[in-house]
Amino acid sequence: MKATINWLADPAISFTLIILVFFLVFPITDRLEKISKRLKIDLLWTNTGGLIALGVLVLFFVWGLTDENFRLIVTKPDNVPIVGLIFLVGFFTWLSMKQARENDNRMGQGGQPLEASDKSKVLVWPDLIYIEFICLILATVLLFAWSIFVKAPLEEPANPTLSPNPSKAPWYFLGLQEMLVYYDPWLAGIVLPTLIMVGLVAIPYMDTGDRGTGFYSYSGRKRAISTFMFGFLVLWTFLIIVGTFLRGPNWNFFGPFEVWDANKRVVLNNVNLSEYVYVFLLETGLPRGWLIREIWGILLVVGYFAVLPGLLAKTVFRNLYERWGTVRYSTFIVLLLMGMALPIKMYMRWLFNLKYIVSIPEFFLNI
Amino acid sequence: MSDDTQPTPISRRGFINWLTAAWVAFIAIVAGLLTGTVRFLFPNVLFEPPQSFRAGPPEDYTVGEVSTRFKNEFGVWIVRSTTEIYVLSTVCTHLGCTPNWLGGEQKFKCPCHGSGFRISGVNFEGPAPRPLERFKVTLADDGQLLIDKTKKFQFEKGEWSNPESFLAV
Ligand code: FES
Repeated sequence: MKATINWLADPAISFTLIILVFFLVFPITDRLEKISKRLKIDLLWTNTGGLIALGVLVLFFVWGLTDENFRLIVTKPDNVPIVGLIFLVGFFTWLSMKQARENDNRMGQGGQPLEASDKSKVLVWPDLIYIEFICLILATVLLFAWSIFVKAPLEEPANPTLSPNPSKAPWYFLGLQEMLVYYDPWLAGIVLPTLIMVGLVAIPYMDTGDRGTGFYSYSGRKRAISTFMFGFLVLWTFLIIVGTFLRGPNWNFFGPFEVWDANKRVVLNNVNLSEYVYVFLLETGLPRGWLIREIWGILLVVGYFAVLPGLLAKTVFRNLYERWGTVRYSTFIVLLLMGMALPIKMYMRWLFNLKYIVSIPEFFLNI
Repeated sequence: MSDDTQPTPISRRGFINWLTAAWVAFIAIVAGLLTGTVRFLFPNVLFEPPQSFRAGPPEDYTVGEVSTRFKNEFGVWIVRSTTEIYVLSTVCTHLGCTPNWLGGEQKFKCPCHGSGFRISGVNFEGPAPRPLERFKVTLADDGQLLIDKTKKFQFEKGEWSNPESFLAV
């Protein structure tokens, strides 16, 4: 059992599974939604379904804690919040999806969403303020208890010549740190984070449709919700979880029940695309000039951003393109392609040991 | 409106004088704050180990081994191969963490994002885009290694063939 879970935790496998499950749970097209309905996955968004999911998760943790390695990682003061995060993100996703599903069912039967039937108004003072006040007190109590029972993860004074092994960013940056494993610092540290923020700001300007807005609804907005949740749950939250629990010494992957052995041997030999082309395929050895050397990678990247948008506008996104017009569509597609570049590169690394598609250390340009 | 309800008028010259004084004061304060902020970027005390140092005679180093003796003090590894001695910088070329030498696997492995470097300093795994840098090493008059960190040699620029980047032994 533990061995199986360790094996499943391997990024290539767990990431693939997560993606597959994700699109069944948050179907992005009508066809997927039908499959998801047939598999009765939306039962997850009922009280019973939620309780069962919670029970399974709690059981997993309780059972896992009997294992020494699992306990070491999960109860580490730095990692305790991430355990909380798993439960909280799960709960709030469930809460909103449950209401969305109820509304979808009501509307499917020709009814009104829940929010429409509740016309009563409450006052800010005292109704809202009281709730907020109680929350504030509870949160303070929680923080006090936490700080008393869990030791602060302080370490020795910083030393520039000594990096702790593994060196982990604060939890909210672990997604970024995962990106840095696959991309050059200027891309993963500057360009991609900027684009994440720009993209979030741009959402309201792109998603201007009013179907399914103003109340919880999934069917009315499945593409929007599914796309966003993919970024949030898979590319951000999941990577934080991976970075927290599965990355051990030397930034190697470790299953949740594996010993963190600093001398674990991982045979890795990352190869640039240029080396694949010239050394393995053409067997000529790397050419001297960087332009000839990297031309294949450059073509690939340019093709990805220049050819793909047009191609998609003619096929998968035809409707979207017609409704949105060129400017809005182009912005959207560039952001989408940038976002998808991360999982694509991750798979290329796992499957082909690819290091960089374009690698020009002469100009500090690596993609 | 009658004239006697109006406040005493300020003369044009008086107004301009006040305006000038206000602007001067404002600019002075902003400039002061800015200088303070910029000054804040530079540390009061700077710990800077000497950039060049002596590292004992070549005989101190075993063939085929990586010496971590000067890692903490000067941030270098000294490696002796069968034919030469070279000095590697301990700064990972990805984001600047300090890798560890793993003798069992014969590689430098970075704890931050998992870059790996061979004993020669050449990157072969993980995201590091280029090999570790080497420092200038010569033999001083007293027979000790003299390492000069102000001069570095980068592989991707073809500088490792420079005779100063290693010491033939
Ligand atoms: S800093 Fe060394 S791998 Fe990123």
